[in-house]
Amino acid sequence: MMTNPGNRVTQGQFSFLPDLTDAQISAQIKYALKNGWAVSVEYTDDPHPRNTYWEMFGNPMFDLKDPAGILLEINSCRKTFPSHYIRVTAFNSTRGVESPTMSFIVNRPKKEPGFGLARQEAEGRNIRYTVHSYATDKPESERY
Amino acid sequence: MAGRVRGPPTFSTISIRGSVMSDSNIPVVPSNDDVRVDLEAEFKSSNIKEVLDKLDAELIGLVPVKTRIREIAALLLVDRVRRQLALTAETPTLHMCFSGNPGTGKTTVAMRMAQILHRLGYVREGHLVAVTRDDLVGQYIGHTAPKTKEVIKKAMGGVLFIDEAYYLYKPENERDYGQESIEILLQVMENNRDDLVVILAGYKDRMDTFFNSNPGMRSRIAHHVDFPDYSVDELLAIATIMLKQQNYLLSAEAQTVFRDYIARRMKLPHFANGRSVRNALDRARLRQANRLFAAGKSLARRDVMTIEPEDILASRVFRDGQTD
Repeated sequence: MMTNPGNRVTQGQFSFLPDLTDAQISAQIKYALKNGWAVSVEYTDDPHPRNTYWEMFGNPMFDLKDPAGILLEINSCRKTFPSHYIRVTAFNSTRGVESPTMSFIVNRPKKEPGFGLARQEAEGRNIRYTVHSYATDKPESERY
Repeated sequence: MAGRVRGPPTFSTISIRGSVMSDSNIPVVPSNDDVRVDLEAEFKSSNIKEVLDKLDAELIGLVPVKTRIREIAALLLVDRVRRQLALTAETPTLHMCFSGNPGTGKTTVAMRMAQILHRLGYVREGHLVAVTRDDLVGQYIGHTAPKTKEVIKKAMGGVLFIDEAYYLYKPENERDYGQESIEILLQVMENNRDDLVVILAGYKDRMDTFFNSNPGMRSRIAHHVDFPDYSVDELLAIATIMLKQQNYLLSAEAQTVFRDYIARRMKLPHFANGRSVRNALDRARLRQANRLFAAGKSLARRDVMTIEPEDILASRVFRDGQTD
């Protein structure tokens, strides 16, 4: 895509910005903790935009006071999956809300091959369009 | 070089205050040896005086502990000033060990310690997470590490207080998972010194055995603080404060009797200093309520507040010289 050099996946917060530093990540997590949201770390190697359910890296972290603990977890996830997408999600458990309130990517592969446009001929010479991630041509865990 | 002036975030925002002046009242660059920093002003601005005074007022006795805490506070304060002058490099090791008999106030002091460290900016949140072996050690293989890490994550930015820490190490069982927990703790105590302070607590002799078998633990703990036992007078003062907090009081005779009670109770087994006093008072309140109920007449405010000698004398410590 001409508008997105490097084919960076853009989903969640801050994804159009340069990668966040650890200090910036800490500051964001601090905000989440201040609001009493449970923060969790998730990873995947399937960058498709409709892939909403990523693997959880450990349990969501409730009752934390300080971002250092979550940063510890993020770093151990980075160590385990150095070239996966890793995101941090904050979950608001207030009754009636019960949904993620923050989500941002904290780690991404060095090289992101991006997406291709696939066309399918449907009935009546109609064309159906879909996006296809080049990375997913390879089997899981060999993608990046 | 990476570790240079890598303190808690607050330090970068503390500006050197107005006292940093040369004699002619012209601000100078902080690299000059003549730069002055007002320790007094620093002390006032950190608000630790309030915590230290509270420690003095609310905790009876414990003179060596208070002295030690003052020393630590002074060191941290001076360290903070040195930091402003770009003098120190590393965060001092703040992990501590509190040893003493049961009921000597280890947990209470740990809570105050968390506040002091917070005021001085050495921990970011200043909360205390109190745990025992059960919270750290798992029940099956692979259970311990996540459990310990969970607790550590909760304590980040504050103080992790491990009560009866020697239970972590059980030499009689070489497959005990406690060792794994100790290893994780050691690693965190070394690598995350900026993020959390670990305080171990327990009885003196057993703590010594624990440290002897875990030299790594000993070397990572900078401050060993001994909690002495209380004297009879101190325990009586503690009792008065406890009762005052609950809006009770001892009558003049009851004071003498309670003093006698403490002296007798100290000689009996399982004496737990402050905790025993609290339990004795709870039982005295029970008997007082019973006495008032049995008397069944109209009561003045004073009657409901006062604990009389008979409430204490009914104790088994007096009757048959046994613990009750």
